[in-house]
Parts: sequence; C-alpha cells; structure tokens
Amino acid sequence: MSAGQAGDGSAVIDVLSVTKSFGDLDVLKGVELAVGEHEAVALIGASGSGKSTLLRCVDLLEEVDGGDILLDGKVITDPSVDPVAIRKRLGFVFQSFNLFPHLDVLENVTLGAIRSGQMSKAAARDRARELLDRFGLGDREREKPDRLSGGQQQRVALIRAFAPSPRALLLDEVTSALDPELVGEVLELVRELKSEGMTMLIATHEMGFAREVADRVAFLEDGRLLEVGPAEAVIDSPSEPETRRFLGRLHQGGLA
Amino acid sequence: MTPPAHPNSTEADVIPGGPLLPGDGGRQAARERARRAKTRRGQAIAFLSSVLVLGGLAVAVFTSTGWPEVQAQFFSVEVFRDSFPGILSAFWIDVQVFLVVEVIVLILGLFVAVVRTSTNPALFPFRVLSALYVDVFRGIPVVLLIYLFGFGIPALELEGVPSDPLVLGAIALSLAYGSYVAEVFRAGILSVHRTQVESGLAIGLNRFQTLRHIVLPQAIRRVRPPLLNDFIALQKDVALLAVVGVIEAYRQAQIDAAANFNYTPLVAAALLYLAVTIPMARLLDYISRPDDPSRGMAK
Repeated sequence: MSAGQAGDGSAVIDVLSVTKSFGDLDVLKGVELAVGEHEAVALIGASGSGKSTLLRCVDLLEEVDGGDILLDGKVITDPSVDPVAIRKRLGFVFQSFNLFPHLDVLENVTLGAIRSGQMSKAAARDRARELLDRFGLGDREREKPDRLSGGQQQRVALIRAFAPSPRALLLDEVTSALDPELVGEVLELVRELKSEGMTMLIATHEMGFAREVADRVAFLEDGRLLEVGPAEAVIDSPSEPETRRFLGRLHQGGLA
Repeated sequence: MTPPAHPNSTEADVIPGGPLLPGDGGRQAARERARRAKTRRGQAIAFLSSVLVLGGLAVAVFTSTGWPEVQAQFFSVEVFRDSFPGILSAFWIDVQVFLVVEVIVLILGLFVAVVRTSTNPALFPFRVLSALYVDVFRGIPVVLLIYLFGFGIPALELEGVPSDPLVLGAIALSLAYGSYVAEVFRAGILSVHRTQVESGLAIGLNRFQTLRHIVLPQAIRRVRPPLLNDFIALQKDVALLAVVGVIEAYRQAQIDAAANFNYTPLVAAALLYLAVTIPMARLLDYISRPDDPSRGMAK
C-alpha cells in the first residue's frame, strides 16, 4: 500500500496537474494525486469543491482541459485512447445508484461484463451470484431495482462496479443519497472491498468512515488539493487552516 | 383528540349516540358502518344518475319524430344481414394493411428517431433528412398523401415501381404514420435520463450498446401508450385508401349503401372498425395503468 508519489509511475491512478472548467467556472485548478496499488484514498471537501468532477475525469466521463491522468503508468487522457477500453478497467459508483430500472438485479450486475466482452454469460452470472450471495442479496437477484431499499440498490451498484474485477474503483459519495440508517450496510461493503485490497478513490462526506477505511485523505477546496496525508493526520490534526475550517463546520453540523 | 366533556355540560346530551369520549371501543365499528353507508350511498347515486342520463338520451332519440325513418335507413336488420358478409371480407383488406403498415411504421419510426437523437457527426446528413422527412409527412393531411401517392406515382410511369393503388396507399400511410411514431420514439429516447447513459458507459459499454441495451428498452416501455394511440388512429385511417379506389370495408359499405338506398352498411362497417379499435383501447388502458411494475421508471 505504498503511497506512490504523483508521476513516479508506480501508482495505479496518477492525476497530473489536471485542470477542468465548465464555461467560466474553473472546477479543477491543477490537481496532483496518486493512488497506489491496494490503496484507498478519500477525497473530502465541501460540495462544489470538485470531488465528483475529478472522479468523472478519471473515468473519462468528463474530458480534462489541462494536465494528464495515467492508469497503470499509461496516459489515458490522450484523444487517441479509446475511453471504452479504459472504463472497462475501472469501476464507477454514482451517488444516486443509477441502476438500470428495466433490468433485474442479476442483469444489472452482469450486463457490462457480458456486453463488453469481458466475461462469458455463464461466468458473469456465476460471479454475480457469488457476490450477491456473499453480500446478502442472493434472494433479490430477480427483483427490479425499484423493489429494493436505497441501501440495497447502492450495494447492487457497488457489486455491479467491481464484479468484473476492475483495476480501481471510483466511488462518488455513495452514501449521500441514503437514509442515515442505510449508510452502514453500504460502508460495510466498501470496508470488505478495502480488506480485499481493492484500489479505491472515494469521494465522501463520512469523516469517520474516511479515517477508518482510507489510507490517505485528500482535502479538496475550490478546485485545489490543499492537503494530502495519512487519514488520521489530516482528519484529526489538519495542518492547513482551510482543512481545519471545513472539518470544524462538519463537527458543528454533527456530521463527523 | 376530543376534550373530555365538562361535568356540567349539557352539550353531550344533544349529540346523537351519546357523549364523544376518546378511547370508546365501539368507534372502530361505527367508522366501518359509516364507510359502508357512504359506499352504498355512492352506488345508489351513480345508478340513479346513469338511469336519468342514459334513459333520457334514449327517450329523446327513440321518441323523436325522425326516429322511425332513421331506424329504417341506418339500422335495417335485413340490409345488415345482406351486406355484412361482403363488408366483412372487404375488412380483411383493412386488417392486412394495418398489420403490415404497423410493422413498417415501428421500424421506420424507431430508425428515424435514433438517427435524429444521435450525436455522431457522420450521421449529420441523415439527421437533416430525418428532420425534413418528419416535418413534411407530419404536416400533410393523410388523405392528401394517399391521393398524391396513389395517382402521382403511377403517372410517372417509372420502371419497377408498383402501380397498385393498394400498395401505394399503404406506402403513403406508412410514411405518414412513420413520421408521427418517429416523434413518439424521439420523445421516449429524450426522456431517459442522462445518468442512465453515463451509467452504461461506466460499466464499459460503448455508445451503441448503451443505446441498444439501456436507453431504447426504457424509451420504448415509456412510449407504449402514445404508440398504441397512433395505432388506433392508423387502423381507422386505412379507410382513406378508398379515395384511390381500394375496395376495403368503408368503400364496400358505400357501394352497398348506394345499391340499397340505405345507410345500414355504413353502420356495419363502423362496427367492424370498433371491433378492432376497442380491444386496442383496452390494451392501452391495461399497459398504461399507473402501478404497472414492468414500466420500471427511473427515479
């Protein structure tokens, strides 16, 4: 779980001086971040600080303006790179689950792996069943997503993302759309993935969870990474005044 | 909660059924009785209102001075019996036309809608043509299109182009309804939320696979009611082929009416159209029922 330095080529995901604007709005202003093999990095910061945009840039759902992003040491932000091939190697989980409402749980989990040619139909089904069983959703495989609770839907979305064994998982505030009592079951699954050594970049508002699961925490404010370091250090004794202010606001709101 | 009655209050004495005290064990039974009474009252009112309105209408029609004449002219059992078999066999043409045209319309409409909603630059000329096609064919009365196709195309005397008015009329119908249905499909495609596309891309599908496996299945489910509505309209509009000389049910009924100096054959034809459109309408109601679990709306 070496915390690789940005640009030294040893990291799974390398974000190099990435900038991104939407019209006049500069969302990312030169972000540098590396996520090493088996490492979990939590991205924290206020809404609008650029966490989601950074994750979406890594999955090539948004095109970066300046800088580069590397996956396993290879540039993926060049126009010649096929984004579909990159996305097959990454898993993405959305805040609002985004399951496919017309497909049942099993089909949701297997569709990507089968259609993108990563697994045979039988292999994908076996894998999906094994994971659904393991995470307590075995009896729901024939249900449509709208018959599931929010927590169950998000667990299905997580399983859908990592069933094809991606190189890394990108989690975009996966508990923010959930009722408080459903957050635990989703975080438990992420914890399991971490213990299996899944490489993860996690945007989150759950400070307790970030401290527990993440190896490092990166604090993003206004499109800049202001502080990156070991989870306990950043959360318990932040060195930057902005980080202290942000965490202080969370404490006041009873969120951490 | 009802406040406890004041010990000296006489108010309770005037409320029927005694004082309203909270926690009275008989209240649930009383509420159920009241609910049942309300239901019975509702049924009685609906029945009475139906008798008054429908009965009134029937009385107005059947006692009008012209009714005996109308009955003889439009509802003659004898003429009905004589003309019905011929109209029924002519109706077979209507059925064949709308079955074939419906399939063509589905394929054409879906194709045009997919092209129009695509973003691929290579498809730009096709997008322009699709938009033009929809604008033109949606904007011309169907009867006029049938006329133009049925008489105009044979007049060109082109080699290998069909000259059968039935075929040409069916082509005109297909193009007209294809443009309506293309817009229905397009609305459906645009109604599928962008996050569904992103989700498809995120699991490693390409644009086409995302369209095929994620967007279209949801779009088509959502537009089934307006689609069926267009099909009902199409089933009636097959009668317009009469203007280019196709002897389908309506035209056959017209011929019979002229031969008998009696309009009953037209009523017979109307009944045949209803026989296909009413089941379609019920099917429409069935698939657009609000709790349809198969619709799977994205939240």
